[in-house]
Amino acid sequence: MRVEIIKRPQHSALFSALSPFIALLLTLIAGAILFSILGKNPISALYSYFVEPLTEVWSIHELLVKAAPLILIAVGLSVCFLSNNWNIGAEGQFIIGGIFGSILPVVFPEFQGWYVLPIMLLLGMVGGMAYATIPAYLKVRFNTNEILTSLMLVYIAQLFLDWLVRGPWRNPQGYNFPETVQFSNSAILPAIFPDSGRAHWGFILALIAAMVVWFMLSRTLNGFEIKVLGRSSRAGRFAGFSAGRLTFFAFMVSGALAGLAGIAEVSGAVGQLRTSISPGYGFTAIIVAFLGRLNPMGIIAAGLVLALSYLGGEAAQISLGISEKSARIFQGIILFFVLACDSLIYYRIRIVSRLGDAAYRAR
Amino acid sequence: MTGTTTKDGTEQPLLEAEKLTKVFGTLRACDGIDLKIGRGEIHAILGENGAGKSTLVKMLFGALQPTSGGMVWKGEAVTVASPAMGRSLGIGMVFQHFSLFDALTAAENIALSLDQKTRIDAIATRAREIGQAYGLPVDPDALVGDLSVGERQRIEIIRCLLQNPDLIILDEPTSVLTPQEADLLFVTLERLRSEGKSILYISHRLEEVRRLCDRATVLRHGKVVGHCDPRVQTAASLARMMVGSDIHVIERLPAQEAEQIPLIVVNGLSQRPRGPFSVSLHDIRLSINGGEILGIAGVAGNGQGELFEAISGEVLQERPEIVRIRGTDAGRMGISARRKLGAAFVPEERLGHGAVPDMSLTHNLLLSRHSTDRKVFLKGGALRLVSNASLASASKRIITQMDVRKSSENPDASALSGGNLQKFLIGRELDRNPSVIVVNQPTWGVDAGAAAHIRQALVDLARSGSAVIVISQDLDELFEISDRVAAMVHGRLSESVPIEAMSMERIGLMMGGADATSGAA
Repeated sequence: MRVEIIKRPQHSALFSALSPFIALLLTLIAGAILFSILGKNPISALYSYFVEPLTEVWSIHELLVKAAPLILIAVGLSVCFLSNNWNIGAEGQFIIGGIFGSILPVVFPEFQGWYVLPIMLLLGMVGGMAYATIPAYLKVRFNTNEILTSLMLVYIAQLFLDWLVRGPWRNPQGYNFPETVQFSNSAILPAIFPDSGRAHWGFILALIAAMVVWFMLSRTLNGFEIKVLGRSSRAGRFAGFSAGRLTFFAFMVSGALAGLAGIAEVSGAVGQLRTSISPGYGFTAIIVAFLGRLNPMGIIAAGLVLALSYLGGEAAQISLGISEKSARIFQGIILFFVLACDSLIYYRIRIVSRLGDAAYRAR
Repeated sequence: MTGTTTKDGTEQPLLEAEKLTKVFGTLRACDGIDLKIGRGEIHAILGENGAGKSTLVKMLFGALQPTSGGMVWKGEAVTVASPAMGRSLGIGMVFQHFSLFDALTAAENIALSLDQKTRIDAIATRAREIGQAYGLPVDPDALVGDLSVGERQRIEIIRCLLQNPDLIILDEPTSVLTPQEADLLFVTLERLRSEGKSILYISHRLEEVRRLCDRATVLRHGKVVGHCDPRVQTAASLARMMVGSDIHVIERLPAQEAEQIPLIVVNGLSQRPRGPFSVSLHDIRLSINGGEILGIAGVAGNGQGELFEAISGEVLQERPEIVRIRGTDAGRMGISARRKLGAAFVPEERLGHGAVPDMSLTHNLLLSRHSTDRKVFLKGGALRLVSNASLASASKRIITQMDVRKSSENPDASALSGGNLQKFLIGRELDRNPSVIVVNQPTWGVDAGAAAHIRQALVDLARSGSAVIVISQDLDELFEISDRVAAMVHGRLSESVPIEAMSMERIGLMMGGADATSGAA
């Protein structure tokens, strides 16, 4: 008996739709094995990880708080990844967006009014966009590898934020904690349903962004250009599309959305700038983008799933005594299985026994 | 012992294949093929592209495993599990696409393929001996990157002969050679035959098969449709066996004399190589009037691709006047702007250059037409929404016009056969009625029926007043449709010669670098 992997003549639409679900199922199985090795009852562990957070209203609000930045960033990343631009630095663009958006409430706290919030969001987008332009420029001008440059810029952004909130932007009345002043009310992104929980308008922004990008990708010449250049740069050149211009476009869209996610998180969920404004949203969003099949509608669903893994990690720490870092393990396992299951779209697996071999020959 | 005794079946054949079948997915690439190759014969496998020739020889050589069926080698049933095993049995193969490293010398390349370790200088000596014995002159110490295609093929053949095989398989060996180089190859093959070696000769060129081969097996759609002695057949009768029907003869009216306005002019195009293995262009000049077809002959890799990209605007020129399209200096314009001047382009590579493999035909239609037919295919003003409905109707029109055969309503480009995709890609441009069209290798890998259709469409376009440039390695094709022919060698383009004044021999000399008019370089 042997296992054969055979290329399909055409990619399978069925497995294209099924593969994320198979991946999630395999993740649950792997999780169950992991929990039983740790000596926990796998069923109750999985329950408290993946179901319990959904049983209460406040925790559903928390789910939306976590999903908002993931979806925003991943939607932007889908534009990058589809056009073959490997932006790994969304975490940095998220942070710079948060910093830029905080200029008004931190440096000019006396500035008040309805217009403060839109300006903050806009500045956040500009910041993220500008920061993402750096790897785009380096790629187009010097042919550097954007994976490396965008990733290295993450650490620069993190250290810059660290320096800011410990140094010039530190709250003078903050007992030396590395934090800025609390934002005034006009600088806070309001909650959607303030009575029941803290889910803020960032989630609505994420839904809007997903729909706009979905429309662009599926209906416009712009979206066509992205897909053509992503699949074959030579055919793209033949079509008269400019790969360099698209690299800028993709990085700027994704940087702007990551920056928007950054300021929405700072202003909606945190209320001040701190060293720890992100539990790695920019990296987790890469998983979200792939789990969502690089389709903005799929990304909404995938964002909710990965948000759940953050909540589950917290819940598991409380009820099971497992480190919340286990969330990272789950995220890694998901990405692993998603990428592995994607090969089912282009290949099929055949198990050949001696008997089957003979039958196959006889056909 | 040259092949004659095998025909009556009294002597044991060297190789006998029985009901060889190979299935890829749902495609039966080879379907129950029986084949007998005698000692000391040159045996041709004839068939159109996609007939299953390459699959068959890969199974014989061990590069593919048959789904069913078996082989008898020198009277014993064998399973050739790998090319290494094929070599040790005495089966050698020279591939259509050479597997040589450009950055290594000829001798080093040969050393890489040997199963046992041998000193490089010993190999070089052996290679030189074999080269001399069989009329395959080659310098073992030369870097492969510096060698011509013909020389590279000689290295492949020497590499094969070093293993002392009894059966040598050659896959489309002349497709990359000038007529003169091909003649040299035939001398070598005939010498091998006289030594009792057998040669399996894969080709779709009928004339050379008639001239060279003792027997032929004709394949169609993966099945053997006949065995024959090609020496007593005509090219037309062989073609009929291959295709299964008569081939359309191109109708070609004489070029109209009326208007002689140059629609496309290239004026001193020089260009440095863009990559390590790309060719530089030197002072290329050409001018084509409406109603005319200029054929550009040349062995692959002499700058045809670079010339195509320069004219299409995928690569820009230094000065605008270097390329002039319908009276406009276009040298600094991109491909979309050149298309808007009325030019159309069909590149050599279909998948990945002329079309995106995993995109539907309608989207591949949009690929080259989004700028010229913006009003039709894009709606919603600045939003530039793709109008799938108008794309679908235009694509239907092209498919009917060019007789494109497809399996589903709107398949991916990669799901079409080479010939059908090429018909679609040519139809995509013809549908615009371009006044200038540049086509690189229009019928490369296309079956004979589709090729005739494509050639007729190009001739018809020219006769309606457009200027056509056809870059091709297929000399028969150029003779069939061109009004004038020029040759490309080492990035230079010769003067063009009217087709009436051209002969096979002369074009061969031009492709080899001799001057078109005087014969002196």
